[in-house]
Amino acid sequence: MALCEGIMEIVEEEARRRSFSKVRTVCVEIGALSHVDAEAMKFCFPVVAVRTIADGAVLEIVELPGVAWCMACSRSVEIAQRYAPCPCCGSYKLQVTAGEKMRLKELEID
Amino acid sequence: MDCGTDPAGLRVVGMSSDRIIQVGRDILSKNNRIAAENRARFVADDLVVYNLLSSPGAGKTSLLVRALSELKRKIPVGVIEGDQQTSNDAERIRATGVPAVQINTGKGCHLDAAMVGQAYRLLPPLNGGILFIENVGNLVCPAAFDLGEACKIVVFSTTEGEDKPLKYPDIFAASSLMLINKIDLAPMVDFDLNRTIEFVTRVSPNIEVLPVSARTGEGFGALYGWLQKQPAHRRHLVEDTTG
Ligand SMILES: Nc1nc2c(ncn2[C@@H]2O[C@H](COP(=O)(O)OP(=O)(O)O)[C@@H](O)[C@H]2O)c(=O)[nH]1
Ligand SMILES: [Mg+2]
Ligand SMILES: [Zn+2]
Ligand SMILES: [Zn+2]
Repeated sequence: MALCEGIMEIVEEEARRRSFSKVRTVCVEIGALSHVDAEAMKFCFPVVAVRTIADGAVLEIVELPGVAWCMACSRSVEIAQRYAPCPCCGSYKLQVTAGEKMRLKELEID
Repeated sequence: MDCGTDPAGLRVVGMSSDRIIQVGRDILSKNNRIAAENRARFVADDLVVYNLLSSPGAGKTSLLVRALSELKRKIPVGVIEGDQQTSNDAERIRATGVPAVQINTGKGCHLDAAMVGQAYRLLPPLNGGILFIENVGNLVCPAAFDLGEACKIVVFSTTEGEDKPLKYPDIFAASSLMLINKIDLAPMVDFDLNRTIEFVTRVSPNIEVLPVSARTGEGFGALYGWLQKQPAHRRHLVEDTTG
């Protein structure tokens, strides 16, 4: 819920800054390792958006892969979950390098 | 799909007049900004701040009550209470003679930086001491909300099942210390310490682990030792000026 409110705050700030009054699509990028449940977000966004400039807008979610540096094989590997082992060597000594963020990427406006 | 960008940042897609605005902002940016303000304030006040996380009932308040009675004899200490599991958590803290502010989170499932910034103003000066923030009992979203703390401490208890770190990896990955509380119950519940450590280091390779009991006081010497050697606020100061 707080995350959907965070999205709406940014949408409304952008609307003031760039003067638009209706949003049709909100596109967010969610890293596979961020703390977000995309399904829950899809469910709560329309509720939070009621009677705002994004009322009825479509929430588009782009999921980005998680990337980590494997200390054992000294290279970057893709992981689906934080606790997953390196897909190449099976080591758990990984440092996450990408896929932790959630960003409001773009808005489609009228 | 990308049909060129005009200088105003508007992109025309296909033949329609749909307007796409590039935003590219972190959804947590507002919270992160307030957290950075809190952190700067805490550093200026020479205060080390810990954000305590756990499932409901793992023993955060009990641990605080025992530790504060000892710590308050040496340094200024204070507590911001976000846990509403029992409404009298702040009362339990105040009974030790330590100042505590209760945040009313309502149905909220985590604390955010703005709540903490406001609550902090209600505490007496704690310069040179420690501020503990007891977060809402929840292992999911508190991981995403920076409060301005020096570091996060996750409280796990022996009655919860050793694989909890695998089920809620984010919280454990974000924490610097894991306290394994209720270690007095370990024999009764067949708790496997080595397995727990193996699981938690899988999701959080550098986390430190201390078994403790808020009931018997076991492990508290090691906990005080850990608190004493934390240059945490300075480390964050360095991070903030470089990143
Ligand atoms: N046996 C045992 N019980 C504990 C210990 N620490 C806390 N408890 C009990 O666990 C329950 C929840 O504790 P509390 O501190 O309120 O948990 P919180 O919700 O994390 O703040 C209470 O009934 C405590 O008495 C411990 O070390 N050993
Ligand atoms: Mg509590
Ligand atoms: Zn590897
Ligand atoms: Zn929450």
